[in-house]
Amino acid sequence: MPVPLIFEESKPGRKGYTLPDLDVPFQEELIPNRFLRSKPPELPEVSEGMVVRHFVNLSVQNHHVDKGFYPLGSCTMKYNPKVNEKAALFPGFTDLHPLQPSATAQGALRLMRELGRALCEIVGLPAITLQPSAGAHGELTALLMIRAYHTHSGSPRRKVVIPDSAHGTNPASIISAGYETVKVKSDDYGLVDSEALEAALDDEVAAFMITNPNTLGIFECGIENIAKMVHDAGAMLYMDGANMNALMGIARPGDMGFDVVHLNLHKTFSTPHGGGGPGSGPVCVRAELTDFLPAPVVISDKKGYQSATPDKSIGHPGAACGNFGVMVKAYAYIRSLGAEGLKEVSENAVLNANYIKEKLKACYHLPYDRTCMHEVVFSGKKQKIKGVTTLDIAKRLLDYGFHPPTIYFPQVVEEAIMIEPTETESRETLDAFIAAMAEIAREAGESPDLLHTAPHHTPVRRLDEVSAARKPVLRWEMKC
Amino acid sequence: MDKFISDQIWDLNIPFIPHTKEDIRVMLETIGASDIEDLLAGIPSAVRLKEPLNLPLRMSELEVIDELRRLADMNRVMTCFAGGGVYDHFRPAALDAIISRPEFYTAYTPYQPEVSQGTLQAIWEYQSLICELTDMEVANASLYCGGTALAEAAALSVRYTKRGKVLAAATIHPNHLQILRTYGAAFPFDVEIIPAENGVIDLKKLKVLLDNDTAAVMIQHPNFFGLLEEMGEFEEMIHHNESLFIISFDPISLGLLKSPGEYGADIAVAEGQTLGNAMNYGGPYLGVMAAKQKFVRKIPGRLVGQTTDTNGRRGYMLALQTREQHIRREGATSNICTNQALCALAAAGELCFLGKSGIVEMAEQSLQKAHYLAEKIVDETNFKLKCPDGYFFKEFLITSKYKAKPVIDKLAEKKLLLGPSLGRFKPGADEYSFLMAVTESRTKREMDWVVEELKQFD
Repeated sequence: MPVPLIFEESKPGRKGYTLPDLDVPFQEELIPNRFLRSKPPELPEVSEGMVVRHFVNLSVQNHHVDKGFYPLGSCTMKYNPKVNEKAALFPGFTDLHPLQPSATAQGALRLMRELGRALCEIVGLPAITLQPSAGAHGELTALLMIRAYHTHSGSPRRKVVIPDSAHGTNPASIISAGYETVKVKSDDYGLVDSEALEAALDDEVAAFMITNPNTLGIFECGIENIAKMVHDAGAMLYMDGANMNALMGIARPGDMGFDVVHLNLHKTFSTPHGGGGPGSGPVCVRAELTDFLPAPVVISDKKGYQSATPDKSIGHPGAACGNFGVMVKAYAYIRSLGAEGLKEVSENAVLNANYIKEKLKACYHLPYDRTCMHEVVFSGKKQKIKGVTTLDIAKRLLDYGFHPPTIYFPQVVEEAIMIEPTETESRETLDAFIAAMAEIAREAGESPDLLHTAPHHTPVRRLDEVSAARKPVLRWEMKC
Repeated sequence: MDKFISDQIWDLNIPFIPHTKEDIRVMLETIGASDIEDLLAGIPSAVRLKEPLNLPLRMSELEVIDELRRLADMNRVMTCFAGGGVYDHFRPAALDAIISRPEFYTAYTPYQPEVSQGTLQAIWEYQSLICELTDMEVANASLYCGGTALAEAAALSVRYTKRGKVLAAATIHPNHLQILRTYGAAFPFDVEIIPAENGVIDLKKLKVLLDNDTAAVMIQHPNFFGLLEEMGEFEEMIHHNESLFIISFDPISLGLLKSPGEYGADIAVAEGQTLGNAMNYGGPYLGVMAAKQKFVRKIPGRLVGQTTDTNGRRGYMLALQTREQHIRREGATSNICTNQALCALAAAGELCFLGKSGIVEMAEQSLQKAHYLAEKIVDETNFKLKCPDGYFFKEFLITSKYKAKPVIDKLAEKKLLLGPSLGRFKPGADEYSFLMAVTESRTKREMDWVVEELKQFD
C-alpha cells in the first residue's frame, strides 16, 4: 500500500513534541524586525505517534540486509553486527562535542588512534587519515595528497591513469582533484594490459589508480611488475580499497607496492550503509606521504592523545574528526574478529563467490572463467539473444525476494551481472539465490514476458524514469 | 573430512560467518578445490602475507562491550554551552525509534526503487522539508557535512558562471573556510576573503572586491561569531554583478530568522547536525544543500524524484542520475557517491516531530535563553561581549583579561563545556575570546551555575 506523504497527514493544531516552559523572563524585540521571517516554515503538523507510524510504514517497503540477501558486486553488503550499533550509542561517544578539550576526549582519540593502527596493519602501510566521510571522499583526499607530494617534488603532474573497468567515482574524483584521466584497456583476461600501461606512463602521470582484486573479482597477478613500472615513471600506485574484503590477513596492498589505499568502513568493516550513507573512507599512505595528511591527525605524547597538523598538510578536505560514529562500529568489528577472524572473513568471502561462479556458469555466460576472489562477473548475453536484458533479470530477482546484483558494471562486460555474496551468507541462502537465478534463466527462454514486466510482487512496479527526468518533481508543494 | 579445513577455523566459531565444517567441505568439492588455499593461488606468493596480522586477539561480545565502554568512559560528557557549528539541540526519543530501524539503517543506496520506496519517499520528504524550511526551490539528498556543502556550492558557482574565484566572508566558520580552500586549490578556484569589521562583513570592502571574475559571494548567517549579518544589503549588489549569492545558514535559526530564499540566495547550504543528529564527536553529520530550480541539473549528489509505476501508482526513484559519477564518470557534477542518507532521515524525522510550531519554539527558546545568559554574564562577571553592538541569535563571543583556554579547561573540570576559543583555529588569533551557545535544552539553573563559575575569575 502506498504511504501518504507526511504533509498529507498534517492538520493545524497537531504537534509531535514537548519542550519545557521557558524558565527565563521573556524579552520582546531581541532582534529587529528586519531579520525575522514573515511566516513560519510550512512544516507538517502531526502527532508523535503519527510520525513514528509514517516512517515505520515507509521502512517496511525497503529491502535491507537484516531481511535478505544483497549480492551487490563491489558493495560488500555484509551483515552488520549489532554489538557495533550498541557500542556506537554509548553516551560517552554520542554526546561528545568535537571541539571539547582533547583532555576530556581521551577515549575517543584513543579509539581513533587504535583503529588507525589496525587499519594500517591490515593494509600494510604506516600512516592514515580517518577524516574522509566516504569512499569517493577518500579518493579525493588521496589524490590531493598525491598532488601535494608531486608539487613539492617539482611539478604536480597532469594525469591520473585508470583501467577501463574502474569505478565511476575514480574518474570523477580525478577531475575534482584537478587532474585529467587517461584510460587503459584491460587484456583478454580482464587484467591490466601491461603494454597499454607502459604506453600511458610518462612524466606527466601522477598516479595509476586501480582496484585489486579488480572489478571482475580477479587478483592482478602482475601487481609487482605494475608497481615497478609505475614507480619507474615516478608515479604513485593507488588502490581503491572497495574490494579489500577479499584480502584481509591474506595479502597486504602495502606489500604489493601500493603507495596509497583508501578503505570503505561501510563495506569491508561491517558498518551499515544507512540507505546510502553515512560511510567512512580512511586513506592509508606510505611514509613519504605522511607529512601531507589532512589536519588533524591523532598523535600520542606524554600528555596523552592529541590532535596535530602535519608539516605540509593538504588542509581540510572534510570536517575535522570525520564520521566518528562510523569508526566506533568498525573498531568494534575489528576487535570482535582479531587477526584470525578477519582472515576467515576474507577466505569465506572468496569461497562463497567461487561457489556461486561454479553453480551458475551453466546458466549464465561467464566471460572470465577462472578462480575468482570475493566477487564474480557474469554476462546476460545468452539471455539477451532471447530478448531478455540484464535489467529484466535483475527486476525478476526482486520477485524471488532477492536484491539484484550490481548490473551493467564493469562496463568491459556486456550485460554485466556482478555478484558479491560476502562471507556472512549461509550455504542455504546461496543455494536459494542460485536456484532463483537458474529459474530466471529458464523463464528467459520459456516466458520472457514474465521478465519484461517484472517485478510483479514489490511495493511498486517499474517506475517511469523518462518522465522523472524530463519533468522532475523533486519536492512536495502545497495545493492551493 | 578434517583435511578440508583447519581446526583453527572451526575453533574460531565467528557468529557472523554461518558455514559449518560440512558446508565448507561440500562447497570446496563443488568448486573442485581441495582447500581454501587453492582458491588463493592466483595471488603471487611474493605478496602473500606470511604471518598473521599483528592485531589484538579477537573478543567475545561481552568483552567488546566492556572494552568500548571503557573507552567511552574515558570521555567526559558535559553540560554543553559549546558552539562553533555543532550544538546540543533537543532530539526526541521517538527519533531513535525511526533511525534505529534496520529497514532503514541496513538498506543499501536505493538504486532498485521497487524495493527501496521507504528510503526514497523519506528522502523525498526530506528534500521537501528542507525546501519549506529555507524557501528554496530544490534540495538534494545530502552531502557529507556543512563544510563540504559550502565547497560544493562554490564549485557549482564556478562551473555555472565560468568565473574563477569566490568571495567568502571572513566570518564563515574557519573550518569551513579551510575546506573551501582545500577544494579550491584542486578544482581550481580562488578564494578571497571579505574582511569583517566588529564581527560582521564590511559592505564597503565587499563592494570593492566584487569584479567580473567573481563566481559567488558566500555569507554565513548567523555568522561564526553568532552575529547577524546585514543580510538585506547583499543581494542586489551580488546579482547586479551577475555573481551567485550563497548563504550558509543555521537550520534551527530559521524558526525565527528570515530564510535564505527570502534573502534571494541562489544556493543555501548548512551543517544539518542540529536536525536530529547527535554531536558524535564530529560526525556523522549532514551537508544540506538547497538551490533555485535553475541549478537543478548542475547540483551535486543524489536527488529523489516523484514519478509513477507501470500501474500508474505514485512512486519515487533517484532522478537526474546523468549528473552523477556512476553514469557521467569524469563529467559528473561531483565525485560524491555515498552520502549521509541516514542523517538526512534523522533530519526529516526531527522536522516532522517539531512541525510548524516546534521549530519556532525551539528557535525562540534558544534566542531567549542565550540572551538571558549573555546579559547575566555581562552584569555579574568580569567577562563581556566581544561585539556588544551586534545582534545575535543563540551564540555569542565572550572576552576578558583571562586567556580563554584555561577558562574553558577550568569549567570543563566541573563538567561545563564552553568554547571553542578563537585561538583554537588560528595560532596567534585573539586568545582571550571564546564562543558560548545556548539551546532550548539548557535550563536557567545550568546557566546560573555557569555564571557562578565564571565569577571566580575576578
